[in-house]
Amino acid sequence: MMKPYKAILFILLTGAALSFLYPFYWMIMASLTPEAQIGELAFLPGQLTVDNYVLMISKIPIWRSLLNSTIVASLSTLGVIVFGSMTGYALAKLPFRGRNLLFFVIIFTMTLPFQITLIPNYILMVKFRWVDTLAALIIPALNNAFAILLFRQAFKSIPDDLIHAARVDGCGELRIIFQILFPNMLPTIITVGIITFMSSWNDVLWPLIVIRDEQWMTMPQLVTLFAVGGRAEAQLGVKLASAVFLALPIIIAYSIFQRHFIQSMASTGLKN
Amino acid sequence: MSTQPPKYQQLRNKLLPYVIVSPYLIHLCLFVLFPVAFSILLTFHKWNIIAPMEYIGLDNFRHLFQDRLFWKAILNTGRFLLIHIPLQIVVALALAYFLNEKILMRGFFRATFFMPVVISGVVVTILWQQLFGLETGLLNRLLSGIGLARVEWLSNPKLSMASIAIMATWKNVGLYVILFLVGLQSVPKSYYEAAEVDGANAWQQFRYITLPAINPTFFMVVILSTIGGFSLFIEPYIMTDGGPLNTTLSAMLYIYKQAFGYYHMGYSTTLGLFFALLIMVVVAVQKYTIEEKE
Repeated sequence: MMKPYKAILFILLTGAALSFLYPFYWMIMASLTPEAQIGELAFLPGQLTVDNYVLMISKIPIWRSLLNSTIVASLSTLGVIVFGSMTGYALAKLPFRGRNLLFFVIIFTMTLPFQITLIPNYILMVKFRWVDTLAALIIPALNNAFAILLFRQAFKSIPDDLIHAARVDGCGELRIIFQILFPNMLPTIITVGIITFMSSWNDVLWPLIVIRDEQWMTMPQLVTLFAVGGRAEAQLGVKLASAVFLALPIIIAYSIFQRHFIQSMASTGLKN
Repeated sequence: MSTQPPKYQQLRNKLLPYVIVSPYLIHLCLFVLFPVAFSILLTFHKWNIIAPMEYIGLDNFRHLFQDRLFWKAILNTGRFLLIHIPLQIVVALALAYFLNEKILMRGFFRATFFMPVVISGVVVTILWQQLFGLETGLLNRLLSGIGLARVEWLSNPKLSMASIAIMATWKNVGLYVILFLVGLQSVPKSYYEAAEVDGANAWQQFRYITLPAINPTFFMVVILSTIGGFSLFIEPYIMTDGGPLNTTLSAMLYIYKQAFGYYHMGYSTTLGLFFALLIMVVVAVQKYTIEEKE
């Protein structure tokens, strides 16, 4: 038996949940509805069609952009994990001159709004001739101050004895980081991995700036330009089909790993 | 290893940390320190990337203070924050408060509220552009269905920014629900039990136990959503292109247009620098207020 108070809460929460779920449900259904009927669609379309998807795929290189996004987000994430753990390890476990200075510089870069570096970084990409290459999307994203701090924290909690023992056995520092210590810090790696992958995957401002050639565009960028440009020809169904296509990989990943997503992304807030 | 002279060993051990942090150091110099220094240089120049840079002294700053559209964009961004942050806090706190009870399908609700957080802002904006539609938009169909007048969500200059703030709240609120929930769960149950013994009602318990306890979370939410809100860009870029009558032109959208629409590199960098300093000042003031209060 539910108490009346809890029943009311349950109803309120259900209403709130519907206001989050129904728009997504509607979007998926609308993308499967013939254009002329979208205006009346509420729950189920009169007839289902994949025409919107066929048209969308024929108009924009969406598969190519999916590949680009996957490459960019994967390599950025790999870089942030490898370099972030190296720097975090040095800050936590290796004494060297300038260590405190470096730590403060990292904190300082975290408080620096990205609006300062955005345009100079674009100019750098022009000078490096990286405009319209995936390098412009990957290389500036290979390091991340927040990830370094998370790794530093994780390495600090590992006892020094473990590292000394590995050194006595003749392990180099890189082997200590990646072979001995990494298995002990999976939660941190997952957190950094999810945060980095998601922010790379969902970023659209930087791609809009450095990529102009359609074949190198990331998926959110391509869908954005499709939605604002004239090529969707004001056809709502086609636009929505591209949006569903963009959302689908994340929705699938989220429904499998939602606990990890929530924990990782909430930790960005909690640790600031 | 043991055959190597100890001196070599020593030098190696001394240099090793620097080698290990070198990927970060190179990155830091190239993509953070150099751009910051270069942006200061650029503020004194006129440049379209192709022609040689032209030194113009303080003209960029003079222009900035007279640029009415830029100030309008700053005000628009401020207006967005003033609607978005209180709305977000109220909704997030309410949902977190409900979820803090032992209730059926709690995990499902949590995951549902969080879903828009992980989904691209592009998807959310394209979807809401439809929801806000004048004739066939879902919101207006709902309103006219229950006998109310249709609302010009995006075409009414007085409403357009509020509409975008509503959408942004819908997109981000799940994250703040989780943060508040963590805050709420840190309050010891015994506090409430003691209050109940003393005869405090639900509101009094909320006001004198819950609110003080979640104060740190409260301010963290304010700061996080301030920083996020200042970056408002893709929503107006897709939905309104800054219109109608520039009422949804955010500062970031304006800087983007100056830089990549007109290629005013010197001027847009000046705007970016000024705007970044403004953000840092606002956040510093917020942090200062928090520390004062604690």
